[in-house]
Amino acid sequence: MIRDTTIAAKLWITAVWVLVGFFVLNLLAMITTVIFSSFATRWLGTWLPAGWTTKWYFTAWTEFQLGDVLLVTFQIVFAVVALSGILGVTAAYALARRDFPGKKLVMLLFLLPLLVPPITFGIPLATVLYQAGVGGTFWGVVLANLVPTVPFVILVMIPFIEQIDPKIEAAARVFGAGTFQLFIHVLLPMLLPGILAALLLVLVRTVAMFELTFLTAGPTSQTLVVALYYSVFASGVRAVQSIDAMAVVYMITTLVWLLIALRFVNPTQIVARAKHQQTAA
Amino acid sequence: MLLASSPFREIRLDQMSRAFGAHNALKSVSLSIRKGEFIALLGPSGCGKSTALNCIAGLLATTGGGIFIDDKRIDTLKPEDRGFGMVFQNYALFPHMTVRQNIGFGLKMRKVAKAEIDKRVEEALNLVRLQGQGHKLPGQLSGGQQQRVAIARAIVIEPPLVLMDEPLSNLDAKLRLEMRAEIRRIHNQLGATTIYVTHDQDEALSLADRVVVLRDGEIRQVGVPSDLYERPDHLDVAEFMGYRNRLTGKVVAKEGDRATVTVGNATLTGTARSSLKPGDTAVIAARADDVVAGEKSAQTVEAVVETIEYRGREFVGTARTAGGLELVFHAGQTAELGSSIWLSVDPARALAFAA
Amino acid sequence: MASITASSSPSEYRLPLRQRLAVRGIDGVTLLVLPAFLFLLAVFVYPFIYGLVLSFTPKEGGLFGNYQKFFSDPFLYDTILTTLWLAVPVTIISIAIAIPVALRVRLLKHQRLLTTILVLPVTLGTVLVAEGLLNYLGPQGWFSRTLIQFGMIDRPLKLTNNYWGVFASLIITGFPFTFLLTLSYVSGIDPALEQAAATHGASSWQRFRHVMLPLLVPGLAIAFCLSFVQAFAVFPSAVLLGAPAGPTRVISIAAYQAAFEQYDYSMASAIAMIMAAVQLLIVVAILVIRNMFYRGSTAGGKG
Repeated sequence: MIRDTTIAAKLWITAVWVLVGFFVLNLLAMITTVIFSSFATRWLGTWLPAGWTTKWYFTAWTEFQLGDVLLVTFQIVFAVVALSGILGVTAAYALARRDFPGKKLVMLLFLLPLLVPPITFGIPLATVLYQAGVGGTFWGVVLANLVPTVPFVILVMIPFIEQIDPKIEAAARVFGAGTFQLFIHVLLPMLLPGILAALLLVLVRTVAMFELTFLTAGPTSQTLVVALYYSVFASGVRAVQSIDAMAVVYMITTLVWLLIALRFVNPTQIVARAKHQQTAA
Repeated sequence: MLLASSPFREIRLDQMSRAFGAHNALKSVSLSIRKGEFIALLGPSGCGKSTALNCIAGLLATTGGGIFIDDKRIDTLKPEDRGFGMVFQNYALFPHMTVRQNIGFGLKMRKVAKAEIDKRVEEALNLVRLQGQGHKLPGQLSGGQQQRVAIARAIVIEPPLVLMDEPLSNLDAKLRLEMRAEIRRIHNQLGATTIYVTHDQDEALSLADRVVVLRDGEIRQVGVPSDLYERPDHLDVAEFMGYRNRLTGKVVAKEGDRATVTVGNATLTGTARSSLKPGDTAVIAARADDVVAGEKSAQTVEAVVETIEYRGREFVGTARTAGGLELVFHAGQTAELGSSIWLSVDPARALAFAA
Repeated sequence: MASITASSSPSEYRLPLRQRLAVRGIDGVTLLVLPAFLFLLAVFVYPFIYGLVLSFTPKEGGLFGNYQKFFSDPFLYDTILTTLWLAVPVTIISIAIAIPVALRVRLLKHQRLLTTILVLPVTLGTVLVAEGLLNYLGPQGWFSRTLIQFGMIDRPLKLTNNYWGVFASLIITGFPFTFLLTLSYVSGIDPALEQAAATHGASSWQRFRHVMLPLLVPGLAIAFCLSFVQAFAVFPSAVLLGAPAGPTRVISIAAYQAAFEQYDYSMASAIAMIMAAVQLLIVVAILVIRNMFYRGSTAGGKG
């Protein structure tokens, strides 16, 4: 690489790193605050809490019915993961392997839900879902969450599929495999790393998807992040520590999956989909 | 394992065509292949030979004409319903399956009983001489071994037709010769019917019962190898068969099928492959083997030596005529670069085409 | 050896529909796109069109009743400005910091730790960040406490339940998003180009200005659009960390209230449509500017 040795260049580089350091420091301090607070007996006007306790986790668990909320969260998330996997991978295969009239338009349709922020399309979507009678139900939340995740799976999977030699599929067909058998015996095993990565990312995104769930969830179909929102919104009713304990539970559920996902993908891919796919095989 | 039992007489392509937009990659190709024949589709890249093979396999839809096994039309069938075997250029083995699973894939898709699959896979492994390699993954095999697996996978299903798409082009020269013999041995042993696509005329001539030369999506000539080699119908086929020397001149005499052509000061004779009459412009085509350096005479062309290579026992050189034409010749002894030599063309082996 | 069948009369075979479609790229495999396509038509396109139509059938007033109401009531139309006043500075600052940082991080061998840390706020989402910042930036929080400790301020800064709280939360989630996008574009540029420029004597500023920037502009324009659209849709942190009744009453709050507090779905749809229109307008503007920039730089390619 090119080395810059002038004083100005060195100052500039230092300034850039100080800025990054400042950002990371604040970010980590913010997360630490939440964690400390969740274990604090009392924390008012001091650097550190007066004492440590785990009781807030038990309080939060009962007060916010975290058991139920977590169960609902995982039911919704797994339904979304499974459905977006089926819909997304099949569509991605068609888009990776075939050129057909109107393909650009179809691609645009799959791109839009990722570009338009959820709150913008979420309000008309929630309106329609409530009119159809699924608003506020489990499946309403699942349907709403599928809107961005299906395109996400498609865009992540297309480059994965394109890197497989089409001759291998041609061979499978010549030797007697129909489309379904081709998927089961050849494509699925070969695409497994890519599918796994895509679905883990869907999982992380769905756990953290606030807007769509918030707009479509009823009392029995709230996910963790929506429950957290309501408890922060109504702060003052409950002890801060117990809200923070809930926040930590939320962080853990998200981060565990994120860390697993990061074994398969690069962090930049979570934001910049479809670009610079690593050739996981 | 004998394919000879598959009950059909011939496979017939009737005006098979394929267009990509405005580009006609295959223009009305008609050909009938008898059971047990080994057919080579030969041509330079872009001539349509791979398109033809993919259309026969069903991997590409045709845009005209039909494909028949006896009287049964098959070009309307999906590839998986045609029941052919195919060997791909880069083998296209399933990377996640063992050699055994790869070979048994077609049988599994046909829902053959497990025990029967095992038995036939074992036979196929023996046939391609890969005993004891069945448990390995394709990635653990050498190129030659992978090619054997690909062949075994294609023949184990006992297909009426085996399609091979430049199967040897990824192998090194020595292995290529070895596998060439293997492919022919397996074809003979099974009594299979094979269509073999290649751009290498050596391969085509040595393997095939009949060679089909394709150019610009059209069949230029079909014939047994010796026919094609000694009596090409067109100048471009001749060129493909190694007639690298081409001398253009005027026809001065025509006797039977012998045409005499003056090229510069020389008078050359060859077998006419087109209808020629005195006064026509014609091209004399000859292989390097048939152009030799010798004494000056009325039948020789003067040229200046540009390169000379020792080929063991004899020399091969290039020389340029005063007209700027490059000739490839053989010589019993070396020649000095830049010196003038006289090249004669063997009249018995040279061909004359209308220009 | 009758080899070539005589091509007698051009007896054309009828090609079945399946085959004719296959030639155009439509076969069983192509149809696999249908389930996802129909699904999105039903739950994305249809609601959008439904919302658009609904927005023109207001509870009261004519066809444009909702829109007239929106643009005549400062309590409503001010939300556009409030949102822009948050989204535009946040996006510009994020991009401005992301470019130099990405250019440095690109040179790092071990970017993974940093990118992993930075992806945290993106994945944790705005609700958690809002909750964390309420503690961290609050009057008793570590942020003010540290500044007081260093003697930079006398009393705690008011950073929550106002503009700055929302601003901070948007930066915390927005900057990593912008940065990771920018990094993916920067990493896509062949380092040999910059080295080539250096061997021709370009200083680091010149290399950036004449080599990297022109190559980055298309990517940066996309990054800007995506970051802006995200920031413009700010919702939970504006409620939790801001002053949702006043200075941070952003447009999504107005839409939410119309829908779920006044149950005026028609008005809510109208506001959602206005939100989409403003986003579209800014995105189109950015893309137009990018095209001008791009044409300018290639035309002025004499260096």
